[in-house]
Amino acid sequence: MYEGAIQDLIDELGRLPGVGPKSAQRIAFHVLSADPADVNRLATALRKVKDLVRFCTTCYNVAESEQCRICRDARRSDEVLCVVEEPKDVVAIERTGEFRGRYHVLGGAINPLEGVGPDNLRIRELMARLGAGVTKELILATDPNTEGEATATYLALMVKPMGIQVTRLASGLPVGGDLEYADEITLGRAFEGRRAI
Amino acid sequence: MYVRRLELVDFRSYPRVAVDLEPGGSVLVGPNGVGKTNLVEALGYAATLGSHRVATDAPLVRAGAASAVIRCAIVHDGRELLVELEIVPGKANRARLGRSPVRRARDVLGALRLVQFAPEDMELVRGDPAERRRYLDDLLVTRQPRFGGVRTDYDRVVKQRNALLRTAYLSRKVGGSRGGDLSTLDVWDTHLARHGAELLAGRLELVDALAPHVAKAYDAVAAGKGAAGIAYRSGLGGALTPDRPALEAALLAALAEARSGEIDRGVTLVGPHRDELLLTLGPLPAKGYASHGESWSYALALRLAAYDLLRADGIEPVLVLDDVFAELDVGRRERLAELVGGAGQLLVTCAVAADVPAGLVGARYEVTEGDVRRAG
Repeated sequence: MYEGAIQDLIDELGRLPGVGPKSAQRIAFHVLSADPADVNRLATALRKVKDLVRFCTTCYNVAESEQCRICRDARRSDEVLCVVEEPKDVVAIERTGEFRGRYHVLGGAINPLEGVGPDNLRIRELMARLGAGVTKELILATDPNTEGEATATYLALMVKPMGIQVTRLASGLPVGGDLEYADEITLGRAFEGRRAI
Repeated sequence: MYVRRLELVDFRSYPRVAVDLEPGGSVLVGPNGVGKTNLVEALGYAATLGSHRVATDAPLVRAGAASAVIRCAIVHDGRELLVELEIVPGKANRARLGRSPVRRARDVLGALRLVQFAPEDMELVRGDPAERRRYLDDLLVTRQPRFGGVRTDYDRVVKQRNALLRTAYLSRKVGGSRGGDLSTLDVWDTHLARHGAELLAGRLELVDALAPHVAKAYDAVAAGKGAAGIAYRSGLGGALTPDRPALEAALLAALAEARSGEIDRGVTLVGPHRDELLLTLGPLPAKGYASHGESWSYALALRLAAYDLLRADGIEPVLVLDDVFAELDVGRRERLAELVGGAGQLLVTCAVAADVPAGLVGARYEVTEGDVRRAG
């Protein structure tokens, strides 16, 4: 145990995800020996993230104004809407540079064990957006696990009757990997989702 | 396939131990309570990532140690493969295959194939249906590792669906007639039927393939006293064939029919997690009718049948008989010895060396408190 402020900092850092007691101690002593200007910048960044960041009123991605950068971009297509669980999924898809439509961030997936049902997600808001009649295709990009699949099935059941095309991201083999190293579940799903060439 | 070397660090009673093993029959001899079973339990863990004795990992780590290590060198078709597992209770296990770390501990499954009979297996005959389902599913995964994923997916869906039904049940109890939010129940039904049909089809195929081996093994162990038969009993009823689309449709129909009952009771009542592997001896069910000796022979026959089936598939698993011979009379010992004599590697534990038929004793190891030594 250290005294006063340094122990307070170690305790606070230790509460962050992925930071254990050893890392917390290392970071705390790094901060202690760092240039005051650098530390101030970090402190400002921490304060600003709580003060300034809010959720986009259209897609519920993180934003610094009423709407996020993607929703404000007039060059993007309104006809394709991609549904994801978390804001970090938007960033992952944006990195591909493949997708030029809009997003909708649900804020999680249906998970009865955690008490998360459709009402706890931004599904009503999604339905309102689709109700405007501009969207032609809905891409379901929820995680390929039990909860993500259930959420995708739920949305598909609700949206299909509206006459909107519903698609699901393919799941399968990583590019650049060797078939022999793929685990049996991934390879099994890739077989199921195979396509003619 | 055989285990050439087993090393343990902080596993159960062993601070550190290493044993060099040989193909053919080996006997581990030692007084009760010195840790013979711990050695074979470690092998079982390396093969299945679970223990046949406990449900959680904490008891596997020596008191006072933070983690346990199991390291075994497995020779298969003349090639040696090193499997290393670090068991950290409450965290994900770390694993290495041939000295390189693997992404998930699951990736080492299949490196060591093992069939183990232990006194606890009596529960296969006398215990709940869950014991027999686990027996089937474990064997299914050993034969076709793909089913490891199917089983996990199915269990997860059942858990989620139960949570949903339970929440609705509780909110109805508290709030009167308002039924809670069951709007996603249809979604869980389709997923339960999809994964359930896959698991069910796998089990049905397995039971078909396994049945003749069980009859044969019981006949050998019990010397023709009574005929053992196994049959799969599904809540779907009737004669089922392993046809996935048909099973999926049948599960969906059964779910629709059971729905009001499920909502009333707050639990999933349909699916392979409620099925049973029926064991019969002559015209009677083994459970409740079989004597102690018959139950014991039956449990042994189930393990030997699994071993036979894997061998028929071209897999040569390691066979472990933990504390078996003390329970048998001389005639049965000899018959069992005949049955397993041809095993690629057979590990037998016993407290009294004279209990093991001479034909099975190749190498002999003496187990003392915290140590194992080759004795001849």
